[in-house]
Amino acid sequence: MKELTLNDFRKRAEGGGLYRSLDELARDDDFIAAVEREFPQQALPLERGVDRRDFVKLMSSSLALAGLAACNRPAEKIVPYVSQPESLIPGRPLYFATALALGGVGAGVLVESHMGRPTKIEGNPDHPSSLGGSDAMMQAAILGLYDPDRAQVVRHLGEIATWSAFLAALQPVLKDAKSNGAGLRLLTQTITSPTLGAQIQQLLAAYPGMEWHQWEAVSRDNVREGLRMAFGGYTNAVYHFDKANVVVSLDSDFLAAGPGHLRYARDFTSRRKVRHGQTASMNRLYSFDCGASSTGSLADHRWPVRPSEIEGLARALPAAIMKDLEANRGASIVIAGDDQPPIVHTVVMALNQALGNIGSTITITDPVEVAPVNQLESLRQLVTDINAGAVKALVMLGGNPVYDAPADFNFHHALTKVPFRAQLSPYYDETSMLVHWHVPEVHALEGWSDVRGHDGTISIVQPLIAPLYNGRSPHEVVGAMIGGLDQSPYDSVRAYWFAKGANEQSWRKWLHDGQIAGSALPARQVAIAPLPPAGEGPRSGGEGLQLHIRPDPNIHDGRFANNGWLQELPKPQTKICWENVALISPKTANDIGYDDEKRSALVNERSTVRADVTYRGRKVRLPLWVMPGHPDGVLTVYLGYGRTYGGKVATPEVGVNIYPVRFSDAMSGGAGAEIALVGGEDAYPVACTQEHQSINPKDMYGQEREIIRAGTFAEYQRDPHLGHKEHHGDESMYPPHVYKNHAWAMVIDTSVCTGCNGCVIACQAENNIAIVGKTEVHRERELHWLRIDRYFRGEPSNPEVFHQPVPCMQCENAPCEPVCPVEATSHSDDGLNDMTYNRCVGTRYCSNNCPYKVRRFNFFHYADYDTPALKPMRNPDVTIRTRGVMEKCTYCVQRVNEAKIEAEKRGGNQRVRDGEVTTACAQACPTEAIVFGDMNDKTSRVAALKGEPAHYALLAELNTRPRTTYLGTIRNPNPEIKGTS
Amino acid sequence: MAQIFHRSANTLSRVTIFGAVFIVAFVLWVIGGIVRSPLATDQGIEREQPVPFSHQHHVAGLGIDCRYCHTSVERSSFAGIPPTQTCMNCHSQIWTSADMLGPVRASFATGKPLEWSRVHRLPDFVHFNHSIHVYKGIGCASCHGRIDKMALTYQAAPLTMAWCLDCHRNPEKYVRPRNQVFNMAYVPVNQAKLGPELVREYQVQKLTSCSTCHY
Repeated sequence: MKELTLNDFRKRAEGGGLYRSLDELARDDDFIAAVEREFPQQALPLERGVDRRDFVKLMSSSLALAGLAACNRPAEKIVPYVSQPESLIPGRPLYFATALALGGVGAGVLVESHMGRPTKIEGNPDHPSSLGGSDAMMQAAILGLYDPDRAQVVRHLGEIATWSAFLAALQPVLKDAKSNGAGLRLLTQTITSPTLGAQIQQLLAAYPGMEWHQWEAVSRDNVREGLRMAFGGYTNAVYHFDKANVVVSLDSDFLAAGPGHLRYARDFTSRRKVRHGQTASMNRLYSFDCGASSTGSLADHRWPVRPSEIEGLARALPAAIMKDLEANRGASIVIAGDDQPPIVHTVVMALNQALGNIGSTITITDPVEVAPVNQLESLRQLVTDINAGAVKALVMLGGNPVYDAPADFNFHHALTKVPFRAQLSPYYDETSMLVHWHVPEVHALEGWSDVRGHDGTISIVQPLIAPLYNGRSPHEVVGAMIGGLDQSPYDSVRAYWFAKGANEQSWRKWLHDGQIAGSALPARQVAIAPLPPAGEGPRSGGEGLQLHIRPDPNIHDGRFANNGWLQELPKPQTKICWENVALISPKTANDIGYDDEKRSALVNERSTVRADVTYRGRKVRLPLWVMPGHPDGVLTVYLGYGRTYGGKVATPEVGVNIYPVRFSDAMSGGAGAEIALVGGEDAYPVACTQEHQSINPKDMYGQEREIIRAGTFAEYQRDPHLGHKEHHGDESMYPPHVYKNHAWAMVIDTSVCTGCNGCVIACQAENNIAIVGKTEVHRERELHWLRIDRYFRGEPSNPEVFHQPVPCMQCENAPCEPVCPVEATSHSDDGLNDMTYNRCVGTRYCSNNCPYKVRRFNFFHYADYDTPALKPMRNPDVTIRTRGVMEKCTYCVQRVNEAKIEAEKRGGNQRVRDGEVTTACAQACPTEAIVFGDMNDKTSRVAALKGEPAHYALLAELNTRPRTTYLGTIRNPNPEIKGTS
Repeated sequence: MAQIFHRSANTLSRVTIFGAVFIVAFVLWVIGGIVRSPLATDQGIEREQPVPFSHQHHVAGLGIDCRYCHTSVERSSFAGIPPTQTCMNCHSQIWTSADMLGPVRASFATGKPLEWSRVHRLPDFVHFNHSIHVYKGIGCASCHGRIDKMALTYQAAPLTMAWCLDCHRNPEKYVRPRNQVFNMAYVPVNQAKLGPELVREYQVQKLTSCSTCHY
């Protein structure tokens, strides 16, 4: 292979073409060959080969089965109810409104329940924190519920015990605390639940010497403290992106993470959906990005900057941006990232105040937390007290501090000094190994509670199912400590709200609506404190390589590490799954002195080299990954991996634990990291899906294909076709299809796709899609029906990023259909490319002939047929595929059929009305980028979008007439700013 | 040297070679017959049930409507198997001490559901919706046979794909007026005339796309 230097990359990128990865940029010919070889490693078997003994066993069992097949099938049981619940119609799902929280802050959801089994989660359209959208973590909560690796029994020193034994063991501790006062400590995560807050206050009143600590590894301490400095007390900032013409993000990923991000993404993108003749203006986003964030990938102007540079930028934004902000006083937002130190948040709030944004685009309310504290200091206090011998008993409600506490706290050493330690948590994890008593915690879909949304809106959390694994709720543990042994969480929550004036009628309405209407926290009058002078920030300057620690976009702080769906989900920007890597920029890769030989390994999207990252004398060994657009001199790493206990998926050897290099005075890293290549190793395989099943970027004549259509808003206003005219003929050898009834179609607005992956997990949950594991992903055998392709354009140092979700195109002239020898894939009357699993014999001709590469093949028996706990999780309306079968996106045909049946049963008008049926991906999308509907219905949203001038079909020149089409990406750069620097 | 094979071996080999074609065809015919036979389709087989429930007695004898027990047949894909409560609506009043009903009373007393054996079991990969068939004027008896004459319930139809497609291709042969759907004894007067009329009136479609049933 030819060796390439950084300049070669630059030169190739200057051509203006698209590239998915540096690999593609580097290796033209090799890359094309790899793309053309769709299943490059198809000959490889699963890890464990079949030896002769297994072969004989298999043969004999199949012979036995062959014998059985001739007999009558054994009777299948039907088990009806003894007394059927009211309102339940067997075979039809019910929906219940509840809320799911991350970091204590909730978002409303609707959960689909099939005869008592929750199977699918959707956003609650009425809840202000969701508006119907949902993200990957919310969607994957359904797998978290059924996860058979969850803790299932109360344990005492690892031995199976009982809840009553735990309560009995608690009594002397409580008695001691009552008589002696001090010594009893409670450690919780962030709590917004009013009921639990009141219970803890009651507990504190009952034990005056007791202290309450809070700790969450991915906390909002910086935001809390920054706002406190700005406004003189703990407050909460709620942003209104729909009212902002100009947004400046200082390392904030408000579109993809943090409280209210679903709402923020919807509001923000509502100003970016360009519709011909309707859209007079667009908003504008400037992003200073310290890593590779979704927000940065959507920005009109993005600059990669070192984390230490943000404070300086906050104090003195570039003149062109300030001018733009000044021109939009009261209609702009400057927002700082959660990882930035408090001073940045203070400065940014002062700037917003000066710009007149507070009160118009930003509302300041009381905090949503029950008791906001500086969690880092709270945990530090706990550790100090333990080390001083002042803690006699520690009860932990949730959390895994042994794994995720700052490295310098030495929490696990401290913990072992506490004479009585108990933990309530969903998994038997690293902390559970060191406690006397471990109590399994209920899942959010199993227990009663309440929670506040990002703006303070309260939702009652109602269970969908009784605890599967003997879980206990924090309400029960705190209730038991207070002394109310017989009070169920339901009683606690209900009693709290009835005491607040609820009645049966309002209670039922709250449960039905999924929120308490009007419970959002009111805007608060605030006065801004004088701005502290520059240079007081905890981080200044920052020479050398900076370590930049981020929560993982999929598994957060590690709490979702045992969720296979989230583990196998390609991360939004890097497309890497089952792993965390160290992200560096192309220039840094150059600077840290890799010779060309090694770099060619680095830019390979299938494997990389590993490096030892040393920070403050501690070392972690991570695979290196060169990320275009990453700031120079920064090393971004994600938390949450390298778990040692906590489930079969999370352990062992899934990624690397970053917490050992996370220190309390550098929670998001800092300067002074060193990096050293690990020598003498073979290339380290990384499961990066970006180049799996890729569309060939060049046509058969070697011409660049138009995969992404993009332009600026100014260009759009001059020429809404963005310089393109549909000129493709409709000639076909086959007779045209006639769609008399429905013609299902989908339009995806790439302008507003943040690449958040909510659709991918929604599809996985809806369609019972199996996971395959890292080794098989590396062999390009992942089964996701919907992938989000990521494209770069421009210089690798700071390219433009495009996200393009690619489901099945449901072509009208489908190349897959004529090549199937057994007619397993055929054209439906509505224009869907049907996939009939029981006919499929696995020739894979269809996939070979698909130019979009959207078909997935079950090389092995990936679906888990055996684990009893996972059986009730599956969507009963969708077949579980077996080995040797091709599968692909069906446009959620089960939903389409259901809607058609319901529409026909209405009588009269037989048609499904627009909006009555939508696919799982479109339903989940927080920004409503995906629109699904009936193209034959001229009044439908999808028909209107198909008429947009910026509308285009992928690879239209092939005349496949795809039903899934796209709207071009339109950005709104500031004409006064040239280039990106 | 003498011939090893007698002259008649020639005839024998010819017969064998040509006969093989017929033998293969015969074997395939037999296999084809077996997979369509009740041996494979379970057609006509009575299953052992926890209680020997007689549709004949309840439907023909007492005149109970199908929907009294199969409550969701008009609303859902699944017709519904009655909860024990439904049995006890009557059997808490009549036959309260019949031995035959012991399991029903036990279920009601203990809260442990009855476990019935499924009689109509569709093959895997097939989805079927009762409600739309009932709505479009397909009678219960069209698929389930004369349930009112079955002392013990069995599967009247083969439930093969060919059997489904017979109606999906020619619904006019089987469609009946909506008010006759639950009438077990319905006999069409002039199906050749009535069928196409009803197909038009009910807008019955000939749905033969794979994804109509397979997904």
